[in-house]
Amino acid sequence: MRIQEYNPRDWKSHPPYTFKAYGSSIKRGPLKRLVPIQQTLSEITGPLFSDIKLEPGENDLTRDADTGKEAMGERIIVVGRVLDEDDKPVPNTLIEIWQANAAGRYRHPVDQHNAPLDPNFTGAGRCVTDEKGEYRYLTIKPGAYPWLNHPNAWRPAHIHLSLFGPSFVTRLVTQFFFPGDPLIPLDPILNSVPTKSGRERLMSSYAHDVSEPEFALGYRFDIVLRGRKATPFEESR
Amino acid sequence: MRKQTPSQTVGPFYSIGLTRKPMNVMATDTTQGQQIRIEGQVFDGDGVAMPDVMVEIWQANTYGRYNHPDDKQEKPLDSTFTGWGRSGTDEKCFYTFETVKPGPVPGNDESVQAPHINVVVFARGMLLHAYTRLYFADEPANASDPVLNSIKNKKRRQTLIASPGMENGKTVYRFDIRLQGDNETVFFDM
Repeated sequence: MRIQEYNPRDWKSHPPYTFKAYGSSIKRGPLKRLVPIQQTLSEITGPLFSDIKLEPGENDLTRDADTGKEAMGERIIVVGRVLDEDDKPVPNTLIEIWQANAAGRYRHPVDQHNAPLDPNFTGAGRCVTDEKGEYRYLTIKPGAYPWLNHPNAWRPAHIHLSLFGPSFVTRLVTQFFFPGDPLIPLDPILNSVPTKSGRERLMSSYAHDVSEPEFALGYRFDIVLRGRKATPFEESR
Repeated sequence: MRKQTPSQTVGPFYSIGLTRKPMNVMATDTTQGQQIRIEGQVFDGDGVAMPDVMVEIWQANTYGRYNHPDDKQEKPLDSTFTGWGRSGTDEKCFYTFETVKPGPVPGNDESVQAPHINVVVFARGMLLHAYTRLYFADEPANASDPVLNSIKNKKRRQTLIASPGMENGKTVYRFDIRLQGDNETVFFDM
């Protein structure tokens, strides 16, 4: 069977499995050499969620879906495009979103940070890219968040994103950050990305063209998934 | 050419966005094929079962066809089965999937791959997800599977084999994943 493979993971873009400054990675990252395999039908297919129907409001994290009451904090509009390495848009792909509230607290039993929960903010949302690979959602700017990785450790404000793309190998879970955040150079998780250009690719940018007067500020964050190799894999090796 | 967006960890709070609703029941009563459960634990480098792991799987249906436009085989699709599932870990640190056993799927070079399930592991502390595969201990086709055979060390190959048991008349395959240690699961660069 002839298949058209995807490009390999770019190891200059992705973090290593273990990164000393991020303590939890030390016992949780695989240590043996990964076994290289040729992609097959198993790898170039994957879940597409093409018949997914989002509930109204899933792309609006600023209101409680049941009551319509508004969450506290600075409203932001996040837009961007999902592309592959060849600049081709990735249409109709699901994006799952989760984040802390404006005070830097997650609605999760493990989060014991002594900051207020917001009854009107769950911090979860979903959206789907359109035909041009563009997405848009409305949320609250998350606060900085303390953690126990090292003394006086704070995560810069960030939003988690999960994407599938067109295949099993295009899966991506990431986080993005906000420009001008003083905690950014101090963050071991962001610093696990081995190149400066890679770290810069996790920064959103302020988008004045997206900001809406007397309503919300706009930010743009583009996402690039693995692209497809130009020629199908030849059967004779 | 654009560069790939770097991966980052799912962190400790991924359940808010990813596992609030159960997505680990992949088969209904009418799904065609042998109904099975897959369950297991994920262990860290200290051999401790991890409470904050998320496992996703992707598989062919009982006929060996993936529900995806790039699978152009003339085998039947099953409208009740997408082939995808996601599980967090329960209070005993187990992940579980209710699914059907997949059929064999084509490999490259006219080869046939033994029935297998494609597995991805995410966790707090994992900066990048890890890809592995689950094979079934009771499948004779394992002997000629190209991916299994590419793993020269037989002990390591064994980390991909799930062993069957019975529970209330249903076959349950146990598949533990070890992120580090002597029996570290084989993870793939693909």
